[in-house]
Amino acid sequence: MEKEIGQQGEKSVDFEKVAASQEFQQLLKAKKRFLIPLTIFFLVFYFMLPVLTSYTTILNTPAIGSITWTWVYAFAQFIMTWVLCILYVKKAGTFDHMAKQIIENHEEEGEQGL
Amino acid sequence: MSVTALILFVLIVGMTLVITYWAAKRTKTASEFYTAGGGLTGWQNGLAIAGDYLSAASFLGIAGAIALSGFDGFFYSIGYLVAYLVVLYIVAEPLRNLGKYTIADMINARFDQKKVRGVAALSTLTIVIFYMIAQLVGAGALIQLLLGIDYWVAVLLVGVMMTTYVIFGGMTATSWVQITKAVLLMLGTVIISFLVLLKFNFNVFTMFDEMKTLTPLGEDYLNPGVKYKNPIDTISMMAALVLGTAGLPHILMRFFTVKDAKTARSSVVTATWVVGIFYILTIFLGFGAAAFVGSEEIISANAAGNMAAPLLAKALGGDFLMSFVSAVAFATILAVVAGLVLSGASAFAHDIYGQIIKKGKMTEKQQMLAARYASIGVAVLSIILALFAQKMNVAFLVSLAFCVAASANLPVIIFTIYWKKFNTAGAMAGMLTGLITALVLVAISPSVLNPEPGAAILVGNPIFPLTNPAIVSIPAGFLAAYIGTVVSSKRDEKKYAEVAVKANTGVK
Repeated sequence: MEKEIGQQGEKSVDFEKVAASQEFQQLLKAKKRFLIPLTIFFLVFYFMLPVLTSYTTILNTPAIGSITWTWVYAFAQFIMTWVLCILYVKKAGTFDHMAKQIIENHEEEGEQGL
Repeated sequence: MSVTALILFVLIVGMTLVITYWAAKRTKTASEFYTAGGGLTGWQNGLAIAGDYLSAASFLGIAGAIALSGFDGFFYSIGYLVAYLVVLYIVAEPLRNLGKYTIADMINARFDQKKVRGVAALSTLTIVIFYMIAQLVGAGALIQLLLGIDYWVAVLLVGVMMTTYVIFGGMTATSWVQITKAVLLMLGTVIISFLVLLKFNFNVFTMFDEMKTLTPLGEDYLNPGVKYKNPIDTISMMAALVLGTAGLPHILMRFFTVKDAKTARSSVVTATWVVGIFYILTIFLGFGAAAFVGSEEIISANAAGNMAAPLLAKALGGDFLMSFVSAVAFATILAVVAGLVLSGASAFAHDIYGQIIKKGKMTEKQQMLAARYASIGVAVLSIILALFAQKMNVAFLVSLAFCVAASANLPVIIFTIYWKKFNTAGAMAGMLTGLITALVLVAISPSVLNPEPGAAILVGNPIFPLTNPAIVSIPAGFLAAYIGTVVSSKRDEKKYAEVAVKANTGVK
C-alpha cells in the first residue's frame, strides 16, 4: 500500500508510527473530548422530546400565547442543530490544523528515512 | 391538466435534459460517473444533499402529515433535521477520507475481504430497492393525481427519465438536477409560506391562536398524540429517523463527490441550513393547508394527505402556483430516484461485479460499461417492482429503508472508524443481524399483518407489535457487531492504525 503511493510520486507515511505518535494521540483525545459529550447531549436532548410528549403532558402548557412548550422544545431542536453545526465547524478548524502538522512532521521523517 | 401545468412540466423536464446533455460530455471515467470526479464545491454538494433529502415524502408527505395531524406530523421534520448532526459529527469526514465510491469501499479500507464487501453491497441494494419502490409508487400515485394519467404510464415516465439522467450524465447530471430542484423547491416553499403568513398578518402568534379553532381536532391539533399513541412506537420511529440518515447509501455517496473532508464538512453545514429552513417552513405548509384547504378536501384528494401542498398552492396562488408546485414535486421525484439508481448501480457494478467478481481488474471502459448496465438493471427492476407494488403502503417501505440503514449500516460504519478491536466477524455479524432483524420484524409487524382486510398487505394478527422495529433492530445490529468481534479472536491492529490515521487526517 505504502509502496504503491510512493510509486505515484507522493510522499509516504508510516501509519503505525503516526498512530503511535504523541501528537496523533492528542488529536484523537481532543476530538473525543469534543465529540463524545456533545453527541450524547444532542441525542439525549432529541429523545427527551418524544419521551416527554409520549409519557407526560407537561409540555402541553402554553409558553407564549397559544404556542405551547412542545413547540418551543421542537424549535429548540432546530436551534440546537444549527448551533452545534457552527460549533463543530469552528472546532474542526483546530483539528484540521493539528492533522496537517502531524502529516507534515511525519512526511519529513519518511523522506529522511529514504 | 391545464396548459400552464403542461408548459411548466415541459420547461422543468427540458431544463434537466439540458443539464444531462451538458453533463454527459463530462462523464468519461468511472470516477466521473460515480462521484462527478470529486469536483463539487461545498455549497454545490450541500444543495445536492438537501435535494437528495427533500424527497417527495418530505415535501408532500410532511406537509400533509402536519395538515392532518398537527404537531405529530412535525416529528418527522425534527428527526430528519437532527439526523444531520449524526452525519456531521460521526460519519461525514471519516467516510470521505476512507471511501472511494461506496460504503463497502469504506468498510473494506479496513477489512479487505470479499464477503464483507458482498454483505455491505447487499444491504445497500436492499435499502435502495425499498426506498426506490417507495419513491416510484408515490411518484406514480402523485403524477396520476396531478396530471390525470394512468399509474403505469406515470411510473414508466419517471423510470425512463431517471434512467436517462443516470446512464448519460452519471453523478454530474444527477447532482445538478438535484441542485436545480433544491433551489426550485425552496423557492416554491418560501412563496407558499409567505402567502400563508400574509393571511395571518405576519403574526405567528395569531396563526397559532387561530389554528386552535380552524381544524376538526380543535385544540388537540397543536398537541402531540393525535397520530402517535403508542410511546414505544413513537420513540422507535424517532430512532430510525435520526440514525437512519447516516446509513442511507444515496446520502453517503454524496460525500465522495467532494475533494476532501473539509469540503464534506462544509457541504453538511450548507445542507443543514437549507434542510432546517425547509423543515421550519413545513409548519406553514401544514397549517396553511389545514386552514385554507381543510382536512376534508385534503383527505378526499388523497387519504395520506399527500396532496396538501399542491392544494394549498391552488388555494393561495391559483392554477399557476399549483402547476408550479406540482412540476417541482415531479422534478423532486425524478432527482431523488436518479440518486437512488446511482447508489444501487455503484453497489452492483463497483462492489459486486468490479471488486468481487473481477477482483478490481477492469479497464476504465469496462467499469463505465458495467456502471451503465447496472444502472439500467436497477432501474428496470425497480420499475417492475413498482408496477406490482401500486397498492403497497409507501410509508412502510420508507420506514423499512431507514430501519435497515440504521440497523445494518450505521453500527458497522461507526465501529470501523472508531473501534480498534473490531474485526471481520464483527462486521459480518453486525450487518447481517441488522439487516435480517429489520426485515423479519417488519414482515411480522402491523404494517404487513392486520386483522382488518385491506388495511395491510396480509390479513392476520401482527406478531411484533411495533410498526417501526428500529428500537429493537438498531441495538441488535450494534450488539451483534460487538459479540461477533469478541467471539472471534482475530485482530488486525496494524490495519486499524492505517484506518485511524487516514480517517482522522485525510492522508492518502
